[in-house]
Amino acid sequence: MASAFEYAPAPESRAIVDIAPSYGLFIDGEFTEAADGKVFKTVSPASEEVLSEVAQAGEADVDRAVQAARRAFEKWSALPGTERAKYLFRIARIIQERSRELAVLETLDNGKPIKETRDADLPLVAAHFFYYAGWADKLDHAGYGANPRPLGVAGQVIPWNFPLLMLAWKIAPALATGNTVVLKPAETTPLSALFFADVCRQAGLPKGVVNILPGYGDTGAALVAHPDVNKVAFTGSTAVGKQIAKTVAGTRKKLTLELGGKGANIVFDDAPIDQAVEGIVNGIFFNQGQVCCAGSRLLVQESIQDELLDSLKRRLSTLRLGDPLDKNTDIGAINSEEQLTRITSLVERGESEGAERWSPACELPTSGYWFAPTLFTNVTQAHTIARDEIFGPVLSVLTFRTPDEAVAKANNTQYGLSAGIWTEKGSRILAVANKLRAGVVWSNTFNKFDPTSPFGGYKESGFGREGGRHGLEAYLDV
Amino acid sequence: MSTAAPHALADVTASDSTLRRFLHGLPGVDPVGLEARAASLGTRSIKTTAKAYAIDLAISMVDLTTLEGADTPGKVRSLGAKAVLPDPTDRSTPATAAVCVYPDMVPAAKAAVAGSTVKVASVATAFPAGRAALAVKLADVREAVSAGADEIDMVIDRGAFLAGNYLKVHEEITAVKEACGASARLKVIFETGELSTYDNIRRASWLGMLAGADFIKTSTGKVAVNATPANTLLMLEAVRDFRAQTGVQIGVKPAGGIRTTKDAIKFLVLVNETVGEDWLDNHWFRFGASSLLNDLLMQRQKLATGRYSGPDYVTVD
Repeated sequence: MASAFEYAPAPESRAIVDIAPSYGLFIDGEFTEAADGKVFKTVSPASEEVLSEVAQAGEADVDRAVQAARRAFEKWSALPGTERAKYLFRIARIIQERSRELAVLETLDNGKPIKETRDADLPLVAAHFFYYAGWADKLDHAGYGANPRPLGVAGQVIPWNFPLLMLAWKIAPALATGNTVVLKPAETTPLSALFFADVCRQAGLPKGVVNILPGYGDTGAALVAHPDVNKVAFTGSTAVGKQIAKTVAGTRKKLTLELGGKGANIVFDDAPIDQAVEGIVNGIFFNQGQVCCAGSRLLVQESIQDELLDSLKRRLSTLRLGDPLDKNTDIGAINSEEQLTRITSLVERGESEGAERWSPACELPTSGYWFAPTLFTNVTQAHTIARDEIFGPVLSVLTFRTPDEAVAKANNTQYGLSAGIWTEKGSRILAVANKLRAGVVWSNTFNKFDPTSPFGGYKESGFGREGGRHGLEAYLDV
Repeated sequence: MSTAAPHALADVTASDSTLRRFLHGLPGVDPVGLEARAASLGTRSIKTTAKAYAIDLAISMVDLTTLEGADTPGKVRSLGAKAVLPDPTDRSTPATAAVCVYPDMVPAAKAAVAGSTVKVASVATAFPAGRAALAVKLADVREAVSAGADEIDMVIDRGAFLAGNYLKVHEEITAVKEACGASARLKVIFETGELSTYDNIRRASWLGMLAGADFIKTSTGKVAVNATPANTLLMLEAVRDFRAQTGVQIGVKPAGGIRTTKDAIKFLVLVNETVGEDWLDNHWFRFGASSLLNDLLMQRQKLATGRYSGPDYVTVD
């Protein structure tokens, strides 16, 4: 949208982050090279610039890290809850103090807009540590009996869409309950986890309590399969989740999985339209749609379809796509070339199956991985784009006529992570929410997160809950 | 121009019940979502050339206002001089949009801005309470218009609105619009702080537009809650939707409580991203603010010189 009021570039300075040319693995409180000397490069998805070279953990490193975590577990789990809380509060405060630095780093490595890392990711990361710090000395009152015991060593594998936030979701409850941790960040976004390792050192966290092992899928597989790991927590794709479930089956390891989703955002004809449009935008274009609980299926009541789509298209035309470090950017880069390829092929599939594709006029930068915000109309339940998780800025619009039909369509998916309801009628919110098979149901809002609120899925979206009091259970022997 | 509702919506004002049904059939407003959107637009970072543009635009949109019981012709004269030439040290500074005064001060204001682009606006209709007989309000308007006022700022009867007498409010606005004649544009003030809910503000906006308002305006500046980013965003959505339905464009004026350049720019961002550049000039958007102008001028001087001068380098009135 060309306007007389053009916003001049407002880039956040990257001088605040000092990225070293190379990073090691973080094992037993020290940075160390991989046993076999392997390294890989991490790039900025917005420019394809190589940011750093990172050691790639192999099986021997996984073993080393698990041994370190096992040794640390004895002392860490024996500490009184108030002592563990002190460390967690300290980590939370350091994250707040370094939040600008970490936000810039996360934006560089992930490609998401600084507006989101600054205003959503980092505040939530700190909030999770604060929240679980508060639980550390109150576990007797969490509803799992007196003196619930930790499990031991937690092997955690996290995705690239919210690198630091997913780390916080995993590490904060694990440490609060007295477990020690070996965490594998995603291969495209290892940097903020390595900076977190430095935060742990700054906080004086005892050696071996937190270990960070960058690497690819095989590193994660080795970690999950390690016999001395007592608990596995994974967030990522459903396909990998199934493999992990198979690996863990028959062992005594406790498992939680937080996998894919195809969330339905249901807009009834009496919805607050302007706010619903914002919610739809936030539901699917937040983090370029690379969100497992994204509202990627819009179910709109037929009677307001035209009005709503007009508003939505007008709103999409005002989204600003470009340099993620610019404070005015709404849509950043797709995390990797691989992900861009996947989005592109699913969108082509949508077109070939007969859905109608629309994007606002939008110039894409010439280097880096970019995809314009896209919506599909004339989508039916039978279309691939209504069933498969695209994990990109692509919205499929379907219609319904009655609340029952909305519920039936919303539930007609192999996933069950999130859903949204938009209506001004309170009784309808409650009635519909009760029938939706989804772990989170938002009403008149979308993609709102809070450490006090449990999060997790039904069906192929996984099992177990993270966040809230419920999030403690996964790390306690109950 | 006819004072009747635009053709597409002519039936709406046929009776109290059709009007009520229409206003209550407008989409609801979710307060949390509305305020979140307004706040998120408030985080736009406006720097360098964009800031310079926004400051000049904001200055040109100011209705420089004095609405005190103690107003004198001398005070109004100096206000008018400032409106015409806000910063005598830099003659490239744009003039403000208007000076806004009580009806009895219109002749003084008119004389003070003679020969310039600055309009004279007058708050008629028993401002700010609006608690007077319709005949008195109309007389107030006629006096201001005959003295040369280019714009009339009227307050609606909030009592009637809150009692659900929408048709009464509608009739009053159409009567005032008629009294404005062809020469004066009508700004309808809702006093959003007294309407209390966002649903009411949306209904009042549509009611005002249906009755022939040329502008819809948040407030008088005389109550505790005046213009906010959220209520202005809501009114911008209303004028956008009204134009989509009727083809008629209506102006918006937030008033009261906007004191800093930073705040003013946030409002301009709301305009830019909600209704776009069609509203980005002083024919369609105004700031009802008196203390805002000095901050705009100081920020303008800072951009020009690189140094912040301070309040003694702009005039007090």
